[in-house]
Amino acid sequence: MAATPWESELTRALKEEFGDQILEFSSYLGQNFLVAKPDAAIPILESLKENHDFDYLVDVTAVHWPEKPEPFEIVYIVYSFARNERIRMKIRIAEGWKPRTAAAVHLTANWLEREVYDMFGIEFEGHPDMRRILLPEEWATFPLRKENSILKMDQHWVQENLGIESGQ
Amino acid sequence: MADTFLDSTELVLNMGPQHPSTHGVLRVILKLDGERVLGTECVIGYLHRGVEKIAENRTWQMFAPYVDRMDYVAAVSNGLGYCLAVEKLLGVEAPPRAQAVRVILTELNRIASHLLWLGTHALDIGAITPLFYCMREREWILNIYEKYCGARLTTHAFRIGGLQYETYEGFEKDCLEFCDLFEKRIDEYEELLTGNRIWKQRLTGVGVLTADDCKEYGVTGPMLRAAGVKWDIRKAQPYSGYEKYDFEIPTRANGDTYDRYMVRMQEMRQSARIVRQAVGAIPPGPIMAKVGKVIKPPAGEAYVSIEAPKGELGYYVVSDGSTQPYRVRIRPPSFVNLQALDKMCRGALVADVVAIIGTTDIVLGEVDR
Repeated sequence: MAATPWESELTRALKEEFGDQILEFSSYLGQNFLVAKPDAAIPILESLKENHDFDYLVDVTAVHWPEKPEPFEIVYIVYSFARNERIRMKIRIAEGWKPRTAAAVHLTANWLEREVYDMFGIEFEGHPDMRRILLPEEWATFPLRKENSILKMDQHWVQENLGIESGQ
Repeated sequence: MADTFLDSTELVLNMGPQHPSTHGVLRVILKLDGERVLGTECVIGYLHRGVEKIAENRTWQMFAPYVDRMDYVAAVSNGLGYCLAVEKLLGVEAPPRAQAVRVILTELNRIASHLLWLGTHALDIGAITPLFYCMREREWILNIYEKYCGARLTTHAFRIGGLQYETYEGFEKDCLEFCDLFEKRIDEYEELLTGNRIWKQRLTGVGVLTADDCKEYGVTGPMLRAAGVKWDIRKAQPYSGYEKYDFEIPTRANGDTYDRYMVRMQEMRQSARIVRQAVGAIPPGPIMAKVGKVIKPPAGEAYVSIEAPKGELGYYVVSDGSTQPYRVRIRPPSFVNLQALDKMCRGALVADVVAIIGTTDIVLGEVDR
């Protein structure tokens, strides 16, 4: 089963507004998503909020695909109470590219983006408080990157702070 | 020296991580002007176990028990969300009998979770009695779980595709007896608290979040409904056959701590109502859908969310077609709701902070994952 094209009033309106900034509108397992150029992410979120009632940012997260040329996929999930509709927006970015923060559009993005930074090392441009949130400040690795094994992730920190010899 | 001391009115106070009313290892740094809170900062992560990383190193089935350990007072809900997400990827649906049993156990779990919240919240405010009553009733639910699957808290009650265990002899009777008893007992709790003057004064107008605030911060669950938004995923996008049951979404208008108390009390009554209906109509039939011994969802992704006791609990699951998840992202209600703590605390008194943490109903296992 592959993703099928997604077409609706919303996609037509977005296409008109953003043109080739949006690369694809698809639907998989009945769930609609769009893929946008990284620069367009925040304007699209803004437009979704202001013009189309998508006023609740459910989640911001990322997926690491190390073998792809643009290895990080950032996923924004938005929901509209008025339309009872949930959609996803994805952007694909290269290593080191800094996406703009969504915190200016939805306050909830603050912690969600901090968690993405904490786990993947993706920094968000213009974020009010770009620090780790769950792991200790001095932790060495970004755990959810695929190159990091679950074992011995930061042996030095663990030995120093917890006094556990194995470093696990 | 004396001058600077008298001039400086701001005080930074550290609350937690070892503090009885932070409900776990939550540390809150408070900036105070006398008794007034100027701002707060949450320090979290003490209970971080890297659940999402563990998922990538386990098979789809092996990861299921781990989700119980996030919100450990509502383990059944966590398990349901995960099973539904993987079932979505696989394109299977649990058989009707399994769905009915899932609804019963999940709604009992909502009551258990709210009871623990009520007892500890009241204890924080200074009302000691309700805690013992709440624990007593919660014990009934835990006993039903124990009889059903052998575990009380981290139950791992569901399997991908349905259930592992049939209901035990007398399951329906136990559930109905609990409902009969509970509906009377909840009146007793309300008698203790709802009209109590001290209770009202400590809660009314404290930690207000308007509907717009909730949407901005992504706050869901009883907190959103207390602000007047009639939104519950069980109604908005029904799963597991919730559309078959007759129940209401309780809402209130003010979005303060007292309204959140009222909403949760009503929700417990509604949950008991759903349990009654579901117990009366458990259809016969198989309890497992056709799912292979090896679970290999086709490559792709899905986001599935359920109405957990604390709000929207979502699973974003990505499969690369292998036996292990490529990525599991858990959207935890506690983590997102906790972010609004600062907004609720600003301008409040120190004593209110305890009430506000209680009303947020967080579980640190889920905040930190």
